[in-house]
Amino acid sequence: MSTGATKLDVTVTRVTEVNALIKRFHFERSEGGLLPTFSGGAHVVVEMRDGDAARLNPYSLMSSPLETRDYTISVRRDDVGRGGSLFMHGRVKPGDRMVVSYPVNLFSLDLRARKHLMLAGGIGITPFLAQTSQLAGEGGNFELHYSARTASLAAYADDLRSRYGRRVTVYHDDLDERIPLERLLASQPLGTHLYVCGPAGMIQWARETAAALGWPAETVHYEHFAAPKPGLPFDVTLALSGRAIRVGEQQSLLEAIEAAGVDPPYLCRGGVCGQCETNVISSDGKFLHNDHWLSEDQHRAGTKIMPCVSRFEGRSLVLER
Amino acid sequence: MGINFRTETFRDDFTFKNSPEHVRRFPFPFHEDSYMYAVNIEPHAAGPKGSVLEHPIDVDEHYVSEMRDKTMVLAEDPLRCQSLPHMTLAGWDLLELLMTAKAEGYPEHFSLTRDGDKWHWVNRPLGIDDRFTFGDVSALPYGPMEYITRQAQGDFCLLDQRYGNLWMDAGIVTTQADWSLDFDIGMNFFEWHAPVPLAHEKGIFVRALKFLTNIQQGRPARRLNWTITINPRLDTSPENYHKWGPDRATVTPDNVGKKVHLRVELQSFWRLPRSNGLVFPIRCYLISLDELVTSPKWARRLHRVIRDLPEEIASYKGLTRYRATVVDWLAKYDDGSSTSAGFGPE
Repeated sequence: MSTGATKLDVTVTRVTEVNALIKRFHFERSEGGLLPTFSGGAHVVVEMRDGDAARLNPYSLMSSPLETRDYTISVRRDDVGRGGSLFMHGRVKPGDRMVVSYPVNLFSLDLRARKHLMLAGGIGITPFLAQTSQLAGEGGNFELHYSARTASLAAYADDLRSRYGRRVTVYHDDLDERIPLERLLASQPLGTHLYVCGPAGMIQWARETAAALGWPAETVHYEHFAAPKPGLPFDVTLALSGRAIRVGEQQSLLEAIEAAGVDPPYLCRGGVCGQCETNVISSDGKFLHNDHWLSEDQHRAGTKIMPCVSRFEGRSLVLER
Repeated sequence: MGINFRTETFRDDFTFKNSPEHVRRFPFPFHEDSYMYAVNIEPHAAGPKGSVLEHPIDVDEHYVSEMRDKTMVLAEDPLRCQSLPHMTLAGWDLLELLMTAKAEGYPEHFSLTRDGDKWHWVNRPLGIDDRFTFGDVSALPYGPMEYITRQAQGDFCLLDQRYGNLWMDAGIVTTQADWSLDFDIGMNFFEWHAPVPLAHEKGIFVRALKFLTNIQQGRPARRLNWTITINPRLDTSPENYHKWGPDRATVTPDNVGKKVHLRVELQSFWRLPRSNGLVFPIRCYLISLDELVTSPKWARRLHRVIRDLPEEIASYKGLTRYRATVVDWLAKYDDGSSTSAGFGPE
């Protein structure tokens, strides 16, 4: 059984520069017709073929689930990343044919919620664009608090405010505006669910504050945009396949395993879903765990690794692949 | 061409029978001469032409009569169909899934035309011709789940996926093997499986849940389940136990072939796009032992499976009272020769 989600052939119809850091990409189905519908919060995995290298990066769908002639994503340029966003910004043009996965949702709305309270940081606004479209379409109750570094970097803020009025509040770091988190979380009606998407620090702050104020864990939903980080190259032995591989600087461990012709399970490619969990047979060195799946104990024990985002430094690493 | 729909009953005079073609396409669930619980889930890929797996949603010669029986069950007990308020969107997902699958698989019987959200659905075997706006509950005589599942064979459970677990928050259950939607509604995956013996200790439900919560759009999965039913009754519900329970005491060496039925459930699991939930269709197939033993391989294999079944499983499946009588009857068809691997009748 092949891994990941089913694939879609798409054509890039439009590329728009939103601000100094963000570009927006529109896709339509190459063979025409509608794209599969989805639930707000879903992402697609975009395949980027860069010569010999293949990168697969997940991006949230910001387009409305109610209008699926088009899929829209926004990509924030990361100059120190592995190059996925640089590829999208520099190499992708209208008319290009690409492959994306079917939508996958690891950040879905809890439809039982009486109210959806949304906290967005920076590019973390993207899943909320789809979710607010979905909720607005059925008269849902939501409130969005959006924090960005500057007004020019607050992508889509004007669009959101014009569509949803007072349900949207924007906070600008450079004007010292901060989300009044404690006050917000202490004053919500019973049955409110909290959704957070933004930098890791913001997510941690929101989760800790909610926990301290007695929010049940099941009512707090979050999504990290954890992209694989680059790092020093390292060698790995794949015990089951009998292969010795080298993981390059710009390459994730998962990509290196795939490049060696091994086909491990994967799904989100962002360290959160658990599908690529791999057993460590032996190691002599230090693990660089970048995932949000394994527990603290598991990170310390060094018996498992999430190859989509984590790395290793040391003399040897033998994996059960 | 199309399907020749039978007129038959699943209660009272029990006129249900399979045509010879339907006997041969029966989803016999045993690939070896013994049975134990396992995570026997596989991709729901298209099977051989003419088989129950050819189309993702199977319609067969029993369709019209089953829908008649379902209508009666619902009239007698409306609690067989329930949907918690947050599951309406999942109901629309299911309506789309079943309408498109039926129209694609059986165009001579079902048609679906869509113009944006204006839909036109024709179900010729049931004489239904409805126009409605997709997403608008006021346009249909029932909620979307109930509307479409009254036109589909088998039971359907809509599962909400939250916090790494699955919750049975809606469903229509009229052809079940002795479990109650009204009792289970709102329970999670471990809770509603609590009564199953042996499987929990084997870790089956933990592994199955991990698999199911990771099912993606466009990649449905399936498995088979089985039990024995006395008389071809679809509605073997706890609510009606007083009607069918006593049938278990009516099995005699002379009537095994006619009364005892192998009951197989083809269960499938589909990710629903708008609600991100799962739908769990449970499609019930019945075959009398007289019909089953027309395949010598199936006869020998079934004899061995029932004879050697662990006591806890036999008891949980309700076989205890008549097990010995059935095993003796099947023994006549078992000359001890080996059976071929696989599920097929040869």
